[in-house]
Amino acid sequence: MQPFIDRLIANGAFAGMPVEVVYALMMILFGVLVVFGFFLPIAGVTSWLERRVWARIQSRIGPNRVGPQGFLQWLADGIKLLLKEDIVPDAADRPLFLFAPYFVVWGIVATFVVIPFSSSLIIADMNVGILYLTAVTALVVVGVLMAGWASNNKWSLIGGIRSAAQIISYEIPASLALLPIVLLSGTLSTQGIIAAQGWAPWHWFAFHNPFTFIAAFMFYVAALAEGNRTPFDIPEAESELVAGFCTEYSGFRYLLFFMAEWGNLYVIGAVATLLFFGGWQVPAWTSNTVLLNISQFGVFFLKSYFWVFISMWVRATLPRVRVDQLMILCWKYLVPIGFMNLIGTAIWMVVWPQGNRVVQYGLVILTVAVLVQFSRRVRFHLRRARPELYYSPAI
Amino acid sequence: MSLAGYEVEVQRDGGLTTEEMTLNMGPQHPSTHGVLRFIVKADGEVMRTAIPDIGYLHRSIEKISEKVGYHGFMPYTDRVDYVSAMQCNQGWGMVCERIANIEVPRRGEFCRVIACELGRIASHLLAVGAMVQDIGAYTPFLHALREREKINNLLEELCGARLTFNYMRIGGVAWDLPTGYPETVTAFLDQFDPLIDEYHDLISYNKVYVERLASVGVVSKEEAINYNLVGPNLRASGFKYDVRRDEPYSIYSELEFDVPVGTGEVGTLGDCFDRYMVRMKEMRESCKIVRQCLNMMPPGPVLAKVARKLKPPSGDAYIRVEGSRGDMGWYVVSDGSEFPYRTKIRTGSFAAMSIVDKVSRGLMIADLIALIASFDVVAPEVDR
Repeated sequence: MQPFIDRLIANGAFAGMPVEVVYALMMILFGVLVVFGFFLPIAGVTSWLERRVWARIQSRIGPNRVGPQGFLQWLADGIKLLLKEDIVPDAADRPLFLFAPYFVVWGIVATFVVIPFSSSLIIADMNVGILYLTAVTALVVVGVLMAGWASNNKWSLIGGIRSAAQIISYEIPASLALLPIVLLSGTLSTQGIIAAQGWAPWHWFAFHNPFTFIAAFMFYVAALAEGNRTPFDIPEAESELVAGFCTEYSGFRYLLFFMAEWGNLYVIGAVATLLFFGGWQVPAWTSNTVLLNISQFGVFFLKSYFWVFISMWVRATLPRVRVDQLMILCWKYLVPIGFMNLIGTAIWMVVWPQGNRVVQYGLVILTVAVLVQFSRRVRFHLRRARPELYYSPAI
Repeated sequence: MSLAGYEVEVQRDGGLTTEEMTLNMGPQHPSTHGVLRFIVKADGEVMRTAIPDIGYLHRSIEKISEKVGYHGFMPYTDRVDYVSAMQCNQGWGMVCERIANIEVPRRGEFCRVIACELGRIASHLLAVGAMVQDIGAYTPFLHALREREKINNLLEELCGARLTFNYMRIGGVAWDLPTGYPETVTAFLDQFDPLIDEYHDLISYNKVYVERLASVGVVSKEEAINYNLVGPNLRASGFKYDVRRDEPYSIYSELEFDVPVGTGEVGTLGDCFDRYMVRMKEMRESCKIVRQCLNMMPPGPVLAKVARKLKPPSGDAYIRVEGSRGDMGWYVVSDGSEFPYRTKIRTGSFAAMSIVDKVSRGLMIADLIALIASFDVVAPEVDR
């Protein structure tokens, strides 16, 4: 966005204003734009879509009353929660209790600073983008721990502690998974990483070599765990801890936690896309910058949302792991694999500095073959399913 | 040491001062299946003890029988185990028939067995569904409840109620099967049988699920016998005992069915997974029994002539039925009047609660949830 503002200033749009003030105002403006124009609706729509997808998988209908196909359900839920009383328990640590949800939301919203929407739509293309991303997502743990502690409820406390242990542990495999990409692209900037990839799948970093291929899945698993999603949703495990760290919350503060969760889904998808799956890269099909940016936005959004959809699917399918199993998965499996990926990628870069085309094609073909076989299985099961058991083939 | 006026147990562990946390699980907790309460002493995530505190759903059902008479008590038996009320109905019916020397018409026995076995499928569906949900997977739970709804529809067709059936009477059952009922039930069984396989595909051998249950909450055969576990919980520990097979009542001696036992296929014999699997297998056996009953059903009356004011001779009677949660004992003492002098109901869930404290030591909090779910404890059956 900075080049755009610089151009506006050069054109004399803000004549007489100090440059710093213009920058500050623009930052606030774009922040508001992203939060209210993108983050809120995307979190809401994701919540609606998740319930519909979930319902479809569970052979029931899901919300279908508010708006077409229940599309406006998220607005209704949001308004309902806004109008509810904001209860603070007597024994709670009042300031911490009131402040905790904002930390969680900040942690998620702040990532949008470096998440690009297209080649020119990005709030700030920082040269430490990926580092910043891992840093601000760690802010969530502060909020969750604060919420768990301030609620003065033993179950919330367990939820908060679990969450702290989980998020801090899974930061490591997540960071290890993105280090090979930093090696390959030689930059920490998100736009730089995307620019180092191409529109074609064999130019994506996920298919660059077998190590990054593994790293892509590792990153997704670690990100799901960081985002407290099933099968790693132990901090708020409904059947164990009732609602974990948000047991005592009500009204809008409760909504904030869930907004962060659903917004985080998009963040997970977007980060996975920009690191491993070519980001907004499209073929140069037009010379019109606006049209090109729109198509880039569409491609990036679809790729990101694909991962959001996968996480919904996973959530409807898998049971929850136990705390010790979660830690075992992290420290005994993901972290060693992460180091292996890092070293393997480094060696690969020494052996084939330009990348190995055969391996890239091979990985893409392998993935396509797996996807084709998978969708054939799904089609088979859908056809075999007795129609009287399922309500509608579409959601 | 004393902290804010309370004496707390303090352990010194490598210089760090740690305390045990006393957690109160329940009575309002989503995983306690009703209103059970566990006082959990936890060291971090690991439990030292989990002491069950029962009695929150005590409704003096046994005492009520002394005031409402033999016939009048039948609706109350529905509330003993509301998840599978049919077997409770049958238990009360049988014990009254034993003490008053009433012969049930043969068709009535068949109606009873069909209703009981359908009820058993419904109960096990809820048990395994709730168990899977407690582990954290929601989809199988709803798929199980979808099937349970169909059974509820069948039983509603049979007796007009979906949960508290009040279908049986002393001396038989209230109503004969409705017209076309055998075909409806067969159609249901035909589509339900393959669904058990689908259920296995869906969750049973899921890696995460197996990891959560394998070798968790192991109850050895000796322990199970010592703690008086019954029903699927006992059979999961490898002891082949089923009242229907070993002390046959009603028409069970004429029917062919297997008694599935735990095999320890993924972990240790008698772990949570075995208890889950035994229930899955029992559903299939129940399907078999219902099919046989529908084929063998003789014509005739379903209800014997029983005095409106039943006054059994003085004495006592004890019978056992295989409820969904195991051996259910019904004991009644008559003093010759129209009201029972004393009634005692012995239930499987109550026995299962006694072993929770022992098995839960050293498990994690999340395992306690799996353990309770695998015992398939229903709160009203514990407290009555």
